[in-house]
Amino acid sequence: MSAALVEYLLRLGDDALVLGHRLSEWCGFAPVLEEELALANVALDNLDLAQAALALAGELESRGRDADALAYLRDDRHFRNALLVEQPNVDFAWTLARQALFDAFALPNYRALAQSADPRLAAIGAKAAKETEYHARHARSWVLRLGDGTAESHARMQTAFDELFPYLEELLASDAITRELAAAAVAPEPSALHGEAHATIAALLHDATLAQPEPGAFRPRGGREGLHTEHLARMLAEMQVVARAHPGARW
Amino acid sequence: MSADSDTQFTLWEVFVQEKTGAPHTHVGSVHAADAELALQNARDTFARRDKLVSIWVVEAERIAASRSEDAAGMFEPGPEKIYRHPRFYRPANPKKKA
Repeated sequence: MSAALVEYLLRLGDDALVLGHRLSEWCGFAPVLEEELALANVALDNLDLAQAALALAGELESRGRDADALAYLRDDRHFRNALLVEQPNVDFAWTLARQALFDAFALPNYRALAQSADPRLAAIGAKAAKETEYHARHARSWVLRLGDGTAESHARMQTAFDELFPYLEELLASDAITRELAAAAVAPEPSALHGEAHATIAALLHDATLAQPEPGAFRPRGGREGLHTEHLARMLAEMQVVARAHPGARW
Repeated sequence: MSADSDTQFTLWEVFVQEKTGAPHTHVGSVHAADAELALQNARDTFARRDKLVSIWVVEAERIAASRSEDAAGMFEPGPEKIYRHPRFYRPANPKKKA
């Protein structure tokens, strides 16, 4: 149980950490100042969640690693995030499609986690659910406007969803870890959220005048086992460089 | 977006209410493409740290404002004509007996 819980917390924390870092890459580059603030706010909420989940994971595994050690001193093979969140920003449309897809899973997931039999996970879920309502609304607002906007914004939004849609399945996949925790009422089964997440995305695409991407043969997965796309290692190299160059430094 | 030199989205003035019943006070402005996004931007810019109960956004150009050249006529009514100002009415206050 404890080993499964540590693994689950790493997934929860790494999803938030990697997505948060990706969003923070917009600092200084967002299309308008107000969007820069909005994306940074979403990034900070995610880092906050990552901090809580990784700190608890470190405590439960009892190997002397705190949240910082887990964030800065693991290699990509030890990260447990889903592949969707490590995908690069590319452009504003990709960033928002990634966010909308992630939140379609994350919002019902956090809401269910808020009902966890473990009060520590319930607290993490309740806080994240409240914050994610806003993240989802922000992403939805932009997807609607860009999808139903100009020919160019529509085309970019469509491309982003076509490319990223296949990554949603990995978030909604259950395995031995989630089954064990679900049986103990500690965490929800991702597969139980499948219908709701897909309905959210289908409604969003419809309202944004975008076409539902065809489910193809491409089924990317492996993130939960530490098998990542090439993008994660590069991101981590940048994210971890200072902490690794100056181990234990304080300021 | 208009053809003028400002390449930003429309300017919206932001008013926030800190507790129920309190007046909405002006705190600044944001740029946004429409009202819904203006509310979201206002929330990100002004409500991140403070606890608020309500936000208003108003398109800046919808606000009718007095002009500075009219200030003399509008704001210097003359102290000898105080009877023109509605200052002698007792405001209704249900908590206090008249």
